[in-house]
Amino acid sequence: LSARAAWRLESLGFDKVFRYTAGKADWFASGLPGEGNQAGSPHSGNLARRDVSTCRLTERATEVEKRLEAEGKDICVVVNDERVVLGLIRKEALASDPQATVEQVMESGPTTIRPNWTLEEIVNHMRKQNLDSRLVTNSDGQLMGILYRSDVERRMDELEAASRKGVQKDSVFDDRNAISEKQDRK
Amino acid sequence: MKVLAAFSNSKKGGSMPTDIGRDDVLKLVEGGAHLIEVLPSSHYEEEHLPGAINIPLKKLDREATAQLERDRPVIVYCHDYQ
Repeated sequence: LSARAAWRLESLGFDKVFRYTAGKADWFASGLPGEGNQAGSPHSGNLARRDVSTCRLTERATEVEKRLEAEGKDICVVVNDERVVLGLIRKEALASDPQATVEQVMESGPTTIRPNWTLEEIVNHMRKQNLDSRLVTNSDGQLMGILYRSDVERRMDELEAASRKGVQKDSVFDDRNAISEKQDRK
Repeated sequence: MKVLAAFSNSKKGGSMPTDIGRDDVLKLVEGGAHLIEVLPSSHYEEEHLPGAINIPLKKLDREATAQLERDRPVIVYCHDYQ
């Protein structure tokens, strides 16, 4: 549609016409805010936890293992300088070969979800795939956080309970882990 | 502005609309560009980009665009690469 609209504007005499080709799908998948009657409704970006451990390809497994231990985490996300997700590494894999580099023991190209997925979409996906968590990335592949199925299910229960009581959904929206603010941009 | 500079160069041979990405949208809007969602109004009402107005493609004519200032850049968008 936007291509035809751009050319229609040109035919109407507008001479500075731009077409945002990737459109609103790209905008919301990057975690940027929107306006409208559905704007701000709970989605994966709101619920993802941002306190994710990250590491680089060249780090030694033993260094990363120590860091995970100190942070009380089981998973470390492998990112580059642009915070683009390259892999995922679990604590068990690090222990198997402490001298290996992260690149040697990581799981490459982990599946991620976009921050604009609805709670229903997320929970259906996780149940179908039997997952406990998923990484959330924007449309450029940059890490936004990690989403836990337990968080999603708890939030859905809260919303359902609030709905039964006739309370506005937004009023129970807990933004302790919210990442609805603009992603930190480099 | 880099986008507008590129746009100016492209205009030498005609008046082709210019394809842009998200960062360019942010810069152009900050500089005062009009932002138009061309999807049907029901889609727009659900959720749209901040500051966007809605002129559905089917209604995009001289009358509907009379509200736009012609000296400002105009950005159009829909859902994705449609």
